Amino acid sequence: MEEEVMTEKRPIISAGGGPRLEGAARKTLPMPVRYAINAVVVLVLLVLGELMIDGGVVNRYQSTVLEQVGIYIILAVSLNIATGYLGQLPLGHAGFMSMGAYGCSIFIIRMSEALGVGARDFVTGTPLALALVLGGLVVGGICASIAGIIIGIPALRLKGDYLAIITLAFAEIIRVVMLNIDDVVGFDLTGGAAGLTGIPGYSSFLLVFGCVAVVCFLTHTMMKSRHGRAILAIRDNEIAAEATGVNTTYYKTLAFVVSAFFAGVAGGLYAGCVGVLQPAVFGFMKSIEILVMVVLGGMGSMLGSALSATVLTILPEALRAFSEYRMIAYAIVLILVMIFRPQGLLGSYDFSLSRIIERVMNRDFPWARRAEKGDEAAKEVGADA
Amino acid sequence: MPSEKSAKKRRPVLVQVETPNLIPERDLGTIPVLQAEHLGIDFGGLTAVDDFNIAMGRTEISGLIGPNGAGKTTIFNLLTNVYRPTRGTVLIDGYDTAGKSVAEVNRMGIARTFQNIRLFSKMTVEENVLVGFGNTMKTHLISDMLRLPGHWKQEAEFHDRALELLDIFDMRKFADTQAGNLPYGAQRRLEILRALATGPKVLLLDEPAAGMNPAETEELMENIQKIRDELQIAILLIEHDMSLVMGVCEVVGVLDYGKIIAKGTPEQIQNDPRVIEAYLGKQEVK
Repeated sequence: MEEEVMTEKRPIISAGGGPRLEGAARKTLPMPVRYAINAVVVLVLLVLGELMIDGGVVNRYQSTVLEQVGIYIILAVSLNIATGYLGQLPLGHAGFMSMGAYGCSIFIIRMSEALGVGARDFVTGTPLALALVLGGLVVGGICASIAGIIIGIPALRLKGDYLAIITLAFAEIIRVVMLNIDDVVGFDLTGGAAGLTGIPGYSSFLLVFGCVAVVCFLTHTMMKSRHGRAILAIRDNEIAAEATGVNTTYYKTLAFVVSAFFAGVAGGLYAGCVGVLQPAVFGFMKSIEILVMVVLGGMGSMLGSALSATVLTILPEALRAFSEYRMIAYAIVLILVMIFRPQGLLGSYDFSLSRIIERVMNRDFPWARRAEKGDEAAKEVGADA
Repeated sequence: MPSEKSAKKRRPVLVQVETPNLIPERDLGTIPVLQAEHLGIDFGGLTAVDDFNIAMGRTEISGLIGPNGAGKTTIFNLLTNVYRPTRGTVLIDGYDTAGKSVAEVNRMGIARTFQNIRLFSKMTVEENVLVGFGNTMKTHLISDMLRLPGHWKQEAEFHDRALELLDIFDMRKFADTQAGNLPYGAQRRLEILRALATGPKVLLLDEPAAGMNPAETEELMENIQKIRDELQIAILLIEHDMSLVMGVCEVVGVLDYGKIIAKGTPEQIQNDPRVIEAYLGKQEVK
């Protein structure tokens, strides 16, 4: 009975938002309010961060590290689409990143020469420079997704180890091409081993974390739609997904391409943050580094990916003094997590601000629930800890 | 006449199938909804299935029985193109399934369940059903990603439809439960519902009563008939539980060593000496 009342009250219902019903009618937030709350929180955080940087609370070095954190968050969240949600194991994420980085920075360098935008304009942020940067990021994303299609269609016919190896090889090919294309073809594109220099420093805290917010939002909305459900279905049981009418080739390629696109955007931001691009940076180790973030955070958890990207980016910086032992610490952390929490730190838990607010509205707290005992919904992810 | 009509209807049927919760007015033409002719497959030198023929009416419930290893599940895999047949053809509504992918065959009108349950166990019950609705939903990726109004309209519509579908087996209360956490019987029921969400014309059930107690089997029998009556679809089932097969099927085929050895009404089958032989062995020693 209550169920019907609920549906009437709330014609628009989230695809899989919060828990809907537990005996009595729950108070819930309407969708626009949920989005508004999240948007406000993101904006407040962005403004707060910017104020701290402007006010000198965060120094220049720290803000650069912060930008790196944001870039790695995008990389981890995007790789999570392919590993956590689709359930494949691509090892060539750095390849997509480098496609994006080169695509974006070459576009911006050439266009700014043609349009007469100086390096200073990027720092002060004139509208034209800003448009160029956004355009460059999209170009970078498109370059990466083209690479994603090229590799995805043949590679996704393979499974597990084979896919890992073929994507690994592909990323190496991209790296070698970036290294040698100038000499072989005679273009002046990537600068070869010397690196691509003269990239304006367009990445800023606001730009990077604005992109983080957009990427997280788009990933979330894609996953909570028919496309995302098809992708998750393939992960959970590919044979059943096919028998249920899911075009597995299409959805695998889709997940792969979206993942590559976001990696390309991150590459573009990376170029603007570092200022110099060398093919050697985008080697095998970079791919592994990103994969480690996803595995550590919990496959299929966006928050997990973001958290571990943050920790694993800040940790080496914090441990600069012991730089010799950094990788050992890295490895030990990984081994420990894999032994004691093989599903990753957060498992597949994902954070939802509106869910928490709804719980407070309904006075539905974990401790209260434990006392009730009878209600064995067990859907809250806290339970699998 | 019927061929002309279905030829016109072909495109929409492939793309968008009838929704299970609206009782459809189906064209009860003379073309069998599912037809297999001389279907066979060899694995290496072994002939797993040979010369399998079937022609199912629109609202027929048929059963396929046979000893373990007789090739029953292989036939399901052949009908759904999981295995490519070595010989013979499969026609759905008169259209050949040769060269179609498993997903395309599903969209042509065959949905199935599995002997060992294959749910999307980390997704909720409702999401499992929504995956089945996936091909009926039409929003574009961009519209979904940007949460345009079309997305909300469609999600709301299919949320209601999914709950309605869950009502068939009284599973609305489980809508938000993770499929993997469901009790065994409910998992089997969910698999059937997920198959129904794809809007099939033929439902293939692979041992639906496996692991169920007599009371649950009884309920399942009623449900199978209810599905047929309400949705007007054909059902082909594999089952070891004789009470279910004999109670619910109109036609029963007996399979042994990949070949149909007997076919008929449940009564005919029960008294067929060849069937008794296949199950119990011959009386006299050669």
